[in-house]
Amino acid sequence: MRRLSQAYDSGGFLPILLVCTVVILSLFAPRFLALQNVINVLRTSSLLVIASSGQMLVLIVGGFDLSVDAAVALTSVITALVMVDGGHVFPHDPALVMALGIAAGLLSGAAVGLTNGLCVAFLRVSPFMVTLASMSVATGIAFLLTSGMPIYGMPKGFVAQFGRGLWFGLPASFYIAAAVVAVVWMIQNRMRVGRHIHAIGGNVQAALVSGVRVKSCLVLAYLACSLLAAIAGLAITAEIGSGEAAMGTSLTLESIAAAVIAGVSLKGGVGRVEMVALGAIFLVMLTNAMDLFHVDSKIQVIFLGIIVVAVVALDESVKRRRRLV
Amino acid sequence: MTVLSRRAGGPNAAAEYGQPAADDVREAAETGKPGEAKSGPTSASDSDEMGRTTCRETDALLKLRGITKRFPGVVALEAVDFDLRRDEVHVLFGENGAGKSTLINIVAGTFPPDGGRFEFQGQEISHLTPHRARTIGISPVFQEFSLVPDMTIEENLFLGRERGTGGLLARKAMRARSREVMAELGFDLDPAARVRGLSRAHQQMVEIAKAFLTEVRLLILDEPTASLTEAEAAKLLALTGQLKASGVGIIYVSHRIREIAEIADRITVLRDGHKVATVRAGDVTDNELVELMTGRQVSVLFPEIRHTPGERALEVNHLTLANEAVRDASIYARAGEITGIAGLAGCGKSELIRAIYGLEDVRSGEIRIHGRPVRRPTPLTSLRAGVCYFPSDRVAEGLALQRPVRENASMAGLDLPAFAVRGVLRQKGEKRLVQEAVVRRLKVRPPAIERILAQFSGGNRQKVLLARGLIRDIRVFLFDEPTVGIDVGAKTEVYELMQGLVKQGAAIVLVSSELPEILNLSHRVYVMQRSQVVAELAGVELNEQRVLSHYFRGEGTIPGRPTSADT
Repeated sequence: MRRLSQAYDSGGFLPILLVCTVVILSLFAPRFLALQNVINVLRTSSLLVIASSGQMLVLIVGGFDLSVDAAVALTSVITALVMVDGGHVFPHDPALVMALGIAAGLLSGAAVGLTNGLCVAFLRVSPFMVTLASMSVATGIAFLLTSGMPIYGMPKGFVAQFGRGLWFGLPASFYIAAAVVAVVWMIQNRMRVGRHIHAIGGNVQAALVSGVRVKSCLVLAYLACSLLAAIAGLAITAEIGSGEAAMGTSLTLESIAAAVIAGVSLKGGVGRVEMVALGAIFLVMLTNAMDLFHVDSKIQVIFLGIIVVAVVALDESVKRRRRLV
Repeated sequence: MTVLSRRAGGPNAAAEYGQPAADDVREAAETGKPGEAKSGPTSASDSDEMGRTTCRETDALLKLRGITKRFPGVVALEAVDFDLRRDEVHVLFGENGAGKSTLINIVAGTFPPDGGRFEFQGQEISHLTPHRARTIGISPVFQEFSLVPDMTIEENLFLGRERGTGGLLARKAMRARSREVMAELGFDLDPAARVRGLSRAHQQMVEIAKAFLTEVRLLILDEPTASLTEAEAAKLLALTGQLKASGVGIIYVSHRIREIAEIADRITVLRDGHKVATVRAGDVTDNELVELMTGRQVSVLFPEIRHTPGERALEVNHLTLANEAVRDASIYARAGEITGIAGLAGCGKSELIRAIYGLEDVRSGEIRIHGRPVRRPTPLTSLRAGVCYFPSDRVAEGLALQRPVRENASMAGLDLPAFAVRGVLRQKGEKRLVQEAVVRRLKVRPPAIERILAQFSGGNRQKVLLARGLIRDIRVFLFDEPTVGIDVGAKTEVYELMQGLVKQGAAIVLVSSELPEILNLSHRVYVMQRSQVVAELAGVELNEQRVLSHYFRGEGTIPGRPTSADT
């Protein structure tokens, strides 16, 4: 009991749940450990890890970002358009074309985040309204640019090497996700701005009184969130091989779910990126498990919803009991 | 040493206006919205030639002239002058809502004044931010107000001025420095501990340590001893003396007359946003001081209460809570008397009455209201049975500050036919009943029941809360620290209300950390220690020594504070 309690302290139920899931899946669904499946899980969860890390930063400052999917779609469309047009201008320099496309994609993501952050920090509009609106606007722009049609014709290397290729046997997005987690961890634990972000979410008045630049930090958090969404968007675009406004991702909700499962407080101030990564992996593994057991996709969504609430409720009840004692 | 301290031993005059205001500062935060306030003009009147010539006094550290601050609907400060010299302790004294916290927030740069002149070390200063204030040596110590609960002590200490290069934190250096500061101050705290888990006293220490991290020229202490033990408070006062001797100017906000007598050089009294007077500490008696503060004479603080114990209105037998904050407690309260529950912070006295009202999970035991057992009380069933609880943390648990007085007062009575029929509100009836309770009986000032509560002072908020017990038929009143954070005038009114209630035959349970309050008001007193009721005192046994002896009986240290070695 005591050991269990200590394990809980170091990160909630999530690691335990994760290990259990892996063990059960390995025993009852042998295909789970098949190489193709592992790579598949890694690739999908990497995308979610990247998006969730950003979402976490915004949650920590006490907001949330509903425009993640919109940023992904906008990035996808802009990247594809720039790469296709760039391909006509510099037909012999695919590297330059790719660089231009990626830069344009990241910039469009940054634009979404900057708008979100500025509106929240300076216009004092609630994060809910701001990001709901920017979701609408960004999706609208993406559709307007493409008339809803997929954009093909990006450089082959972008798709084959970055999107679908394996680096040392693992998908490229895995390395990106690992790097993202490392950088965000550094920011949270070793850098001044990380302290400030936590302080704002923990007690904005205290942060203000202590001389923290609250507004800049808010903008930074939203900017980082959308930038990370844009990176996820780049990886998805490369994987499917086309730029699409209607990509049908559900990263917004999943990233919030992953973060909350990992113990990020919706009230702000609390959250650890390494746990969020585990949360994202856990969610993806659950979906994967249901695929392996041939669970109807309609039932899958219902089940996922229940699981998310159950995990959070369990966590809360343990926390409450501890606080009382 | 002064007139004040010599008189501090007298019978009525000696009342120690203990446990004061956490919500004083909060008030400013709620009404102030510092972020928005930044857009307000900081028009320092440049034509004020007089101010320029007089600022050359050698030891003037801070010079405020005509400081004015408005919040929506309220003028918090009106043309206030204030001076602080190096090497003096200047006490700010006044009722809640008098403008003390607004003034120190302006000095700390939390928000700018709307008008007036601000000089620090002979230089005029405008656009002061909290960051800049700390850089030029102004260190405010708020009441746990600027701490982030989910961060560690060390993270809080360095918040906003972390050490390091290029955004990277120098964690070792910060750890070393925080240890150093703690050692200098004699606080036994682990810098790696999270603030959330700390007691109020320890949080206060962190807040103080925060001020000492960098070089201090002007120290602002806002009710610093409110949550400290005697020994800790004595240490802090000694430290204040040392700082003064080394040339630091100190603004000290306090309600505690005895403490003021001990450390003050000068005292500035504020009332309703105006400066009433600045006096030398030796020149006034404490009665005069209270008169200056309230603008009226306060002769007797505690009213004479006639107890006429009747039948047992409330009975608790062998009550144990699920979290063991209360173990095997048995008490009763009779109609027509005040039953006190005394004990140190964290002894379970507050949890006991919360459980009676239905706010804590009960594991075992029995609760009887008017002889009838209550199985699982909830606030609604308790109210219907005529039991009402008045929380100590009014802002967090009692009141909706952004809603009008009327709604706050009637909140606990909306199930009554007088207020609503089949869920439809009877607005006229509500207005009439609230008007009667709030304005006529409790004398809330200003008597504006449609004004939002955030614009009222702590004492008036408490009265609005108490109105809940008056608008429905309540026979058992559970008071949890009813006078925390309210000023002397409002305190007297709360006591008088209790006096009236007892006279009408109500049963009152009074939970308080202020011993004088318990001793002067209660007929019988239970003492709690470490979750258990350890004594019941009445009659001649009911005196300070007896109660105190039960506080610590069989204890080496204070419960819940294993680290304070010297108590």
